[in-house]
Amino acid sequence: MSGTACVCQEIECREIEIDYNQLDKIIRDDYGGNKETMIMMMQAIQRVYRFLPEAALKYLSQVIDVPLTKIYEVATFYASFSLEPKGKHILTICTGTACHLRGSGGMVRHIAERMGIEPGKTTQDLKLTLETVNCVGACAVAPVAVMDEKYYPKATIATLNDFMDRLDAE
Amino acid sequence: MIEATQTALTPSEVTKIMSTEALAEYRQKLQAQYDPNAPMIYVCCGTGCQAAGSVDVVEKFREILVGSAWDGKVVPMIKPTGCHGFCSRGPLVIIEPQDIFYQRVTVNDVQEIVEKTVLNNELIKRLQYKSAGAKESITKASEIPYYAKQTRLVLKNIGRVNPTEIGDSIIRNGYAALAKALTQMTPQQVIDEVSSSKLRGRGGAGFPTGLKWESCAKQEGLRYVICNADEGDPGAFMDRSLLEGDPHSVLEGMAICAYAVGSHRGYMYVRAEYPLAVKTLTTAIRQAEALGLLGKNIMGTGFDFEVTISTGAGAFICGESSALMASLEGKVGRPRPKYIRSVEKGFRDSPSNLNNVETYANIPSIIANGGNWYKSYGTERSSGTKVFALTGNVFNIGLVEVPMGISLMEIVFGIGGGVPNKRALKGVQTGGPSGGCIPIPHKIPDINVGYGKLAEVGSIMGSGGMIVMDEDTCMVEVARYFVNFLVEESCGQCTPCREGLTRMKEILDRITQGDGREGDIELLEEIGKFTNNFSLCGLGTSAANPVLSTIRYFREEYEAHIRDKKCPAGVCKKLFHYEIDPDICTGCGLCKSKCPVKAISGEKKKVHVIDQSLCMKCMECYKNCKFRSVKIM
Ligand SMILES: Cc1cc2nc3c(=O)[nH]c(=O)nc-3n(C[C@H](O)[C@H](O)[C@H](O)COP(=O)(O)O)c2cc1C
Ligand code: FES
Repeated sequence: MSGTACVCQEIECREIEIDYNQLDKIIRDDYGGNKETMIMMMQAIQRVYRFLPEAALKYLSQVIDVPLTKIYEVATFYASFSLEPKGKHILTICTGTACHLRGSGGMVRHIAERMGIEPGKTTQDLKLTLETVNCVGACAVAPVAVMDEKYYPKATIATLNDFMDRLDAE
Repeated sequence: MIEATQTALTPSEVTKIMSTEALAEYRQKLQAQYDPNAPMIYVCCGTGCQAAGSVDVVEKFREILVGSAWDGKVVPMIKPTGCHGFCSRGPLVIIEPQDIFYQRVTVNDVQEIVEKTVLNNELIKRLQYKSAGAKESITKASEIPYYAKQTRLVLKNIGRVNPTEIGDSIIRNGYAALAKALTQMTPQQVIDEVSSSKLRGRGGAGFPTGLKWESCAKQEGLRYVICNADEGDPGAFMDRSLLEGDPHSVLEGMAICAYAVGSHRGYMYVRAEYPLAVKTLTTAIRQAEALGLLGKNIMGTGFDFEVTISTGAGAFICGESSALMASLEGKVGRPRPKYIRSVEKGFRDSPSNLNNVETYANIPSIIANGGNWYKSYGTERSSGTKVFALTGNVFNIGLVEVPMGISLMEIVFGIGGGVPNKRALKGVQTGGPSGGCIPIPHKIPDINVGYGKLAEVGSIMGSGGMIVMDEDTCMVEVARYFVNFLVEESCGQCTPCREGLTRMKEILDRITQGDGREGDIELLEEIGKFTNNFSLCGLGTSAANPVLSTIRYFREEYEAHIRDKKCPAGVCKKLFHYEIDPDICTGCGLCKSKCPVKAISGEKKKVHVIDQSLCMKCMECYKNCKFRSVKIM
């Protein structure tokens, strides 16, 4: 199976080269090809590609013998999966209760306006994905923002603006 | 978590523990190496403190301790620990044996701490804790009211053990209760002990744990023991703290349960948003297996119990028992009707015992000290202690463990230190998105926190989220927030929940936007009751609680939104404006300097005014005015 291999390096081109050896390693070696661990396999695939490429899911479907529709169902049910490519940087703003009460909603609106994207979406140039999450368990230092896996306690619009300025400068 | 420290308690040199006597010997050996009077520096490395930079603090301590001249003194050990629960003051450092408490420690403070406090017993004032309004700072951790007023049974090890070193747990009797159960008790005796403790599930529903184990033990064939570590309630972090701070108590509790119900396979379902907890647990399981405290032939008794970690993928509903089991099987998490009981037909259609993290973590001490000991805490109907995540508008944010039956006012004021910024308390929301708001102190003076009492006032215990709300909180907005959360998290398979929630959200959106209509409150009540009565699973049957309880206690706020088009708390932007009270304004100019859109004008020492056409209602003037002259109109 050749998949949707695409060798072009253009950022606009959203088709990606799939490394089937690596997929095999995830599916067969790390998770023993066990259907029950499908969610974790998908998480591992998403860690590699930053989203779930269709070709990889098709291959997964064949190897573990689960219909593609079932995989699609799982991919759309759980909030952490994405069928669209994510940006190079990921900004996650907590909108859990403690963070909400301390104004995280305003931060989400601000970034959404500044970057011209809805929460959950990625900028055209694939630089940034804006996400929201319901509590990361650091409520005592609310509101919390997570930028590229680093936690920012007591975040403010100014903290986020700094981060955005750095992105713009990149 | 930071791996391997220089403590001598790593189990690398020990081979498998092949009998319960060997465990006791190993513990004695570790205890002999441990000098309680030796200097020890504990640094909290839970999610909250890590976010505030505690990992760098630990590194700096290591660097400086190695480089310092000790002149024959005992070099202090440094111990990264799990979350103490006092996260709002993090990073926290506690220095033993003096029990000195330092808060908000940064890398730049470390050198000074070593030179002054560790070497010369000198205190650093600026790092010490002060109660709200107090003049004197408090030196010892154990004297800080926040800690002193708690009863820490389940959190007892947290902040004292390095969760990545099993030796730390063993020294504090880790796995001794498992050893006792395996060699001195029959499975039935274990169940009886748990039943006699009257422990009820800490995950939300409050089902008696002993009874659940009893029904599972009665089943035939392969059985599973599952730990619910999905902690989906936004604003709650009790389970995270346990998993990150004391993973072995949870694992030991699961192993004891497995022995009692006759299972050999365990699963831990952890939410994906807790990467640190997953990492800590993985290490803990590996270390316990290496010592023969989990896995095959535990402590040479012939009993096998293996634990596997599985991670969630961001779905609140997967905390519900049947949805969780479906998710464990790699499927979408849709709950099924309750008449199929999971203790009979659960994971892989086999009998499965599911309990919450905190429930399991309570088990080792119940087995070690007996059900009667546990029952001596709490009340007749709600025994023992419960950990709450105290957040919102309260001075001391963090985890509090208290005996059941304690007064809610005592939690908020005694332990929590009250409401900051001179605001008045309006209520406390318990039970998470499907809980309710309790209007203390005005409409209900106080209540004793227990399963029954909370239900009486229209709320639930839930998993232990406790959100303090002050007078600046709009209750209609709070209801809208929770309903919105549940609309997104409803799995959508049953109509009352899917449609009921969506319609309630539409109405609440309308009301908070200023388009509320006469009859909306009655309509919300009707839809709410219907949703609660006819939904399939626990999410739907409690989904309307936030709406119904806020209508019950704060009806006048709904009416103000609908009839007068006013938001009395000043939250719903379209329904209020700010005005400066000329009788109070001193003309100090603070509001003018804080206003980001220059909407405030006025000369020094003269009354200031807000230009309504420019004001974006960001709250800055309102929050900052020392004289409270900015009024919500
Ligand atoms: C929508 C929903 C979400 C839930 N989320 C959790 C959760 O995150 N953690 C938890 O332990 N229990 C949760 N529960 C409760 C579980 O269904 C179950 O009652 C509990 O895990 C059983 O363990 P316990 O008896 O030890 O409390 C949830 C229930 C519902 C209906
Ligand atoms: S609500 Fe944001 S971290 Fe908990």
